[in-house]
Amino acid sequence: MTAVAGTDTARRVEVRSAGRFLFGAAVVVLCVWVLVPIYLLFVNTLSSPQEVSGFPKTGIPSFDFGSISFFLNFAGVLDALLNSIIVAVLTMILSIGIGAPAGYALSRFDFPGKEAFRLLVVMTRAFPLPLLALPLAVLFIRTGLDDTQIGLAIVHTVLALPFAVLITFSLFSGIPVELEEAAWTLGCNRWQAFRKVVLPLVLPGIVASAVFAFIISWNEVFAAAVLTIHNRTLTAFLVQNLNVSPLHLKFAGGAALVIPALIFIFAVRRYLFAMWGIANR
Amino acid sequence: MPNKALPYLLLLPATLFLLVFFVYPFVEIALLAFTGPEGFTLQHIQTMATHWKFRPALGWTLLLAAVVVPIQLALALSMASIVSTLERGRGTILYIFSIPLGLSDLAAGIIWLAIFEQSGFLNSLLVGLGIIDQPILFLGYQSIWVIFLAVVMAEVWRATAIMMVILVAGMGLIPKEYYEAAEVFGAGPWKRFLKITLPLLRPSLQTALILRTLLAFEVFAVVIALGGTTLPVLMGETFQWQFALQNRSVASAYALVILIISVAATLVYLRALRVPKGATL
Amino acid sequence: MAEIVIKNVAKSFGSFQALHSIDLTIRDQEFMVLLGASGCGKTTLLRIIAGLEQASQGEVWIGGRRVDTLPPRGRGIAMVFQNYAVFPHLTVFENIAFGLRMKKLPQAEIDRRVNRTAELMQIGQLLKRYSGQLSGGQRQRVAVARALAMEPDVILMDEPLSNLDALLRLEMRAELKGVLAESKTTTIYVTHDQVEAMSLADRISVMNAGRIVQAATPIEVYRNPATRFVGSFIGNPPMNFLPAAKNGSGKWRVAGVSFDGPDASRDILEFAIRPEDLDIGPGGLAATVRLVEPLGAHILLSCKVGGAPFRAVVDSELNVSPGDTLSLVPKPGRARWFDPETGAAI
Repeated sequence: MTAVAGTDTARRVEVRSAGRFLFGAAVVVLCVWVLVPIYLLFVNTLSSPQEVSGFPKTGIPSFDFGSISFFLNFAGVLDALLNSIIVAVLTMILSIGIGAPAGYALSRFDFPGKEAFRLLVVMTRAFPLPLLALPLAVLFIRTGLDDTQIGLAIVHTVLALPFAVLITFSLFSGIPVELEEAAWTLGCNRWQAFRKVVLPLVLPGIVASAVFAFIISWNEVFAAAVLTIHNRTLTAFLVQNLNVSPLHLKFAGGAALVIPALIFIFAVRRYLFAMWGIANR
Repeated sequence: MPNKALPYLLLLPATLFLLVFFVYPFVEIALLAFTGPEGFTLQHIQTMATHWKFRPALGWTLLLAAVVVPIQLALALSMASIVSTLERGRGTILYIFSIPLGLSDLAAGIIWLAIFEQSGFLNSLLVGLGIIDQPILFLGYQSIWVIFLAVVMAEVWRATAIMMVILVAGMGLIPKEYYEAAEVFGAGPWKRFLKITLPLLRPSLQTALILRTLLAFEVFAVVIALGGTTLPVLMGETFQWQFALQNRSVASAYALVILIISVAATLVYLRALRVPKGATL
Repeated sequence: MAEIVIKNVAKSFGSFQALHSIDLTIRDQEFMVLLGASGCGKTTLLRIIAGLEQASQGEVWIGGRRVDTLPPRGRGIAMVFQNYAVFPHLTVFENIAFGLRMKKLPQAEIDRRVNRTAELMQIGQLLKRYSGQLSGGQRQRVAVARALAMEPDVILMDEPLSNLDALLRLEMRAELKGVLAESKTTTIYVTHDQVEAMSLADRISVMNAGRIVQAATPIEVYRNPATRFVGSFIGNPPMNFLPAAKNGSGKWRVAGVSFDGPDASRDILEFAIRPEDLDIGPGGLAATVRLVEPLGAHILLSCKVGGAPFRAVVDSELNVSPGDTLSLVPKPGRARWFDPETGAAI
């Protein structure tokens, strides 16, 4: 009996360790799947233009900065980079500046019309928002906002605003109302209570959602390409030059797009899940 | 400290913003698509529908979504399950898995271009392994299916992360007791996944699917980066009509098509995955 | 001097009437407990006094000043919340100093007050900590210290002990009573715990369904409940009720036994007696014992009298088992009579 029980346990251990091995292998494969393409992009970016169009490739960067300096010296690239940053910062300010008050109102008050507003926000999800660029192009020409950074930032804010509203809503909901009420009874008016109690507590989360707004704008291609001609952002610049630009320019440009995104996602990783999870319920 | 006007005041900027830059432009799209110099007209719709690229663009867009979304769903579910069962290194793996979340579709297209182009890494690997003698032109004119495949790869690579994050957050909301109860009643890991995780994950699945399907209809920069205009998609055609052909009305007609399939897909998901009242977590 | 006068205050949330026309006066330095089950409106009333909620009608006066249009900061109140509401991003010191800084007091005065109240609440050694490093009981102490440091006219407390475990609650209760008595501050204290109410209050306002049904000293509320509800709500185990039929002038028949009672015009009344107000003796109510629960000092008997459930608390030396029949005699002067329709005491 003991012998049978022994082999049984042994088999179970075997099955379990086989399962664990498979599990570990799956994790490794998935990590490779995510990381290797990014690695390859950087290999190309850190190779000389000749190596980039050369064949076969070794997969190891030569740490030649030829591609990068070509990219940075290419006419219009620095302007495009600057435009991308300006538009993204404007988007960040607009979407948090407009979205956070709404998120606060949704988390703290019950009032007629609340559901209608939520519906409006949620509805934006069912619409392909970059298409807004088409009619807005007309509107912007009429109002002189065409081909301006603020014009594009407005369109990007439409993309980022629903997230800003829902994320700040969940952030504010995480702060007990009692804390604010306590501040009121301790001599604060509404604004003081917000500034002294609520704001310090939600600030890291607000910063994280601002970073998301930045990334949404930084990455957006379609509206940027439609709405800007002289004030192109990096994405618009790259997409409009795709069929005429040499490979090394494309790859260096791709890397320029990827790096800030990588840094920002790393900076806000702690908030990634709380925000996406709650904001998308 | 009740204040009846305050919530409306706080919501005002966001509401105005969305009305002016979200609701109005979509009305404008419809107007642009259906009006000519003499008022109402179906001329633009007709121009679009009879253009030789319309059917392929619609077909490829739908096919792309139909192929990409299920793969992403399966992959995202696997990744989310893996992350949820991880005990050590959860944070690191999660960060790696979610990196592509922050990348633009243009960057993803460029990244996969590094792999698929003629002097790229795939050819280098195949030649290096002796499988082929000469590098193959993968992304050429004649090989539309290869381009399609590359787009699928790039899309799956880039946009699975967003689904995974939503699903991980959703899984985090399912109390452990349910799994323990199921285990007590004799359910194995697979049964537990089918009988507990999937049904309770329905709201998150719904969100993830809607989000992803809509983004799949909006596919644009990846296709441009990998195949130029060889593989026609709706968003690319919209861009062409708006930009190259300077015909806003036909571009709007295209936009309307994307809008309609987006809203239709949303409604289908909302119905198919609706959660009975009271059956929520 | 801070007398609180509540005049005709009512509150409705949509179609739900949370408070019906409340009139209540809380004397200077009085410890008033608002007692009631959840949903009775006691917290709403407290929040209206604090200014956190707007009354639908009526007036609130504190210290001779009408305050119902003022924000909380203008009312001279301090409040202790159910979940303590200790600010997590501030140290204990800064939490206690928060209100004082809002008042723009000089630093020396702030130091003095913080140290004094921290000493009083025995948290002097915690001043540099954050709320995340404190236990529930310690947070509670910070919350009370923060309120006391304001030296307010009125302290409002919303179930401050309900989140503490039983032993800590007992300890804090005694401490609160001492500290608040010493501070001579008018206090309104909301609770659903009748033992807490009994032990702390100068007076208890028993609330039910948005009304104050009785406001009186704890002993009065216990001994002479104004309504059947108060009698059944206060006391553990609760009061026994039996129907009584008129049996001549001032005579009432209860479960086959005749009692002297009030001279009422009604034919039917409700007879009420607390379980601990019963003796065993001849000529009492015939009670069939169903369940015997020894509680140490006493035994709780669950019985049937004339088919109705009936409880009695008897001395633990009594030898009794289920199935026995006892004759239970009300202690003199302890029986109460209620109008079966209005519930009012007679």
